[in-house]
Amino acid sequence: MTTIETHAHRAAPASGGLACIADWVTTTDHKRIGRLYLGTSTLALLGTAVVALLLGIERINQDDYLLGLDALTQAFSMYRFGLVLLVLLPVMAGLAVAAVPLQVGAKSIAFPRLAAAGFWLWLFGAGLGVYSLVMNGGPGGGERRFVELFLLSIALCLGGVLASTVSVLTTILTTRAPGMNLRRVPFFTWGVMVSSLALVVALPIVIGDLLIAYTGHKYPTAGVIEFGNLSLTQSWLSFGFTQPTTLLAAIPVFGLFADVMATGTGMRFTPRGPLLAAMGLAGVAVFAPVVQNPVVLRAPFRDLEAGDKFSDLLPFGLIHLLPALGAFLALMLVVSMLKQRPKVSAPLVFLLFGTLFVELAFTASALNHIGDAGLVGTVFEEGTMLALVYGAVLAAMGGVAYWGPKWWGRTMPMKATLPLALLGAAGAALASLPLMIAGFADQPGQPFNVVLPGGNDPSVHFPQVGGPTELWNGLSAAGHGLMVLTVVAFLGLALRSFLKGEHAGDDPWNGLTLEWATSSPAPADNFAEVHIVRSAEPLLDLKPRSDA
Amino acid sequence: MHALPPAPAVTPRRQVFVGTAIACAAVTALMGGLFAVFIRHREDGVNASPRNWLPDGVSVPGVATNTMLIALLPICLFAQWAVYSAKRHDRPHAGLALGLTGLLGLAFINAQAYVWGQMGVPANQGVYSTLFYTVTGAGFVLAIIGVVFSGVTAFRFLGGRTTDREVVSAHAMYWYTFSAVFSVLWFVVYVTK
Repeated sequence: MTTIETHAHRAAPASGGLACIADWVTTTDHKRIGRLYLGTSTLALLGTAVVALLLGIERINQDDYLLGLDALTQAFSMYRFGLVLLVLLPVMAGLAVAAVPLQVGAKSIAFPRLAAAGFWLWLFGAGLGVYSLVMNGGPGGGERRFVELFLLSIALCLGGVLASTVSVLTTILTTRAPGMNLRRVPFFTWGVMVSSLALVVALPIVIGDLLIAYTGHKYPTAGVIEFGNLSLTQSWLSFGFTQPTTLLAAIPVFGLFADVMATGTGMRFTPRGPLLAAMGLAGVAVFAPVVQNPVVLRAPFRDLEAGDKFSDLLPFGLIHLLPALGAFLALMLVVSMLKQRPKVSAPLVFLLFGTLFVELAFTASALNHIGDAGLVGTVFEEGTMLALVYGAVLAAMGGVAYWGPKWWGRTMPMKATLPLALLGAAGAALASLPLMIAGFADQPGQPFNVVLPGGNDPSVHFPQVGGPTELWNGLSAAGHGLMVLTVVAFLGLALRSFLKGEHAGDDPWNGLTLEWATSSPAPADNFAEVHIVRSAEPLLDLKPRSDA
Repeated sequence: MHALPPAPAVTPRRQVFVGTAIACAAVTALMGGLFAVFIRHREDGVNASPRNWLPDGVSVPGVATNTMLIALLPICLFAQWAVYSAKRHDRPHAGLALGLTGLLGLAFINAQAYVWGQMGVPANQGVYSTLFYTVTGAGFVLAIIGVVFSGVTAFRFLGGRTTDREVVSAHAMYWYTFSAVFSVLWFVVYVTK
């Protein structure tokens, strides 16, 4: 047993403008750190979606350049950088930091200063990344020092998320309430644990490769950049920023859906072990960053020798099929609870759609890596990523609507929030599915060919592909627009709820897990007293129902 | 608010130790990834032209690099001695062990700087130099972190927190991990080159 007090001292809440800002900047309260992650990544999402919308319009109208030729490459880099590093990772990190300590009955997150430092490091890296892109850095950038700055900024972003991940993982492993063994942790916490374990392995590998790229770019050999050049950042390093590595961050979505579904039904989730195992299986995707290369089934697969087939199938099965199977099983197990007729709520609808899109991304990622499908290098990968990121965003909105009462003590208006789930789902579907279809028509993933300085043709052009390209790109751009609308409306509702929403009771959802055993909003140290847990649904032990 | 049965106040279960273990796993992943890239490119480079993998005129100072490896043995021994002494509330010996660990860590850092100077690998000399400086540089930074960890642990312990045995154990675990990682680095970068 430790005698070390790792919790930071908490000052009394400040009042007044500057004092309040200082209070937030220096906070070590995990609920505030989580909300800082969620708030800033939401703003980043808006920016990224607007850039995506502009790129979509560029793709529709291939004759006139809305952004200008020079800005196109940077805009495309900003879009990809934003989706993964400014939206997906921080959104999931924010949810985990804000909710996990409450779910496990801890008075605080482990290493709160580390969690806070992780957020500020991420934010600093994100700012530097955007700045370097604006200054003609990033993949394909013309300013060498800003390309290097961009590489460092990505490493900083990943380092920040890694720091917060270590903090959350330590919380799950060391500060659970008495009686809460790992089989009794809430599903979201389990998903966060699986995801965190995988990210602790994956993120340092990507950071290491970024350091190699930085060194290679900083000290080129006789003018030739061995590492860190355009082809590297778009091929070799791409394993760190595309599927299946990015899928690892979204595993908690399945757990959150299960928790909200169980709350909606008010019953114990009976296939508990299989669901935990299914989420664990999804985490097998961690082998993708370990091998540091895309694992693709070679085409034509039928013509390969038996030995070659086996050597292709083994890593493909491990890296793509098992995670896809795990995600599918997790979804099916949670959806099977629908026959218990859960109470329909905005968080449940958000999570239903969010989880569907994340599961779609798991399946599409496996399909994308089958050589015979002919999707490698097409825009199908971009559609998969959009399904993943927007699915995670929908799930995060569900999480905010669900845990809002514990974070700021007020509920969001359900009648106004519920339609947003449908609008968001329509946006995610429109943004991702048309690009997946366009992938089958061989639309390339890089929407325009960049001609490097010194080339004969200084123009940037869109490759001509078959099929109604304008239709697919137009629908996708409309999807981004709908997502912007959804996020702005959700932010407005959340802000309204924060300022003058209806006061929530301590247990507004009739919840089953420990976070609903404390007051709303939860105090700085979460629980007035530590609780003893005797089952996976500790509050259900106090609320006898027909199945209990 | 629901009235679940209250439990006696609990303290976190080995938080620093578990947190350090997770950080050690991250360190292992970082270095493992770097080694994988180094080995892969060495294989490609040697296959393409065995003579051109190492830049001309570059040779590894065997004595210094072997001494670095050997120094890790006493570092681990002293780190474990600190744990042994801390468990017995033996403050003078724990302090001595932590001090020696830090001192040897500093000598290790000095040896790495010496190796860089002796080898004189130009930074812009192809794939080898990029990978060499990234891999050994990462090891160098990890050694600095280890020395800082030794210093912080010593200050906490000697400052009166003699019950801080957990942080002393975590400190030892970090050096064990570093030793394992550097052993691989020594073999990959300095022996097989």
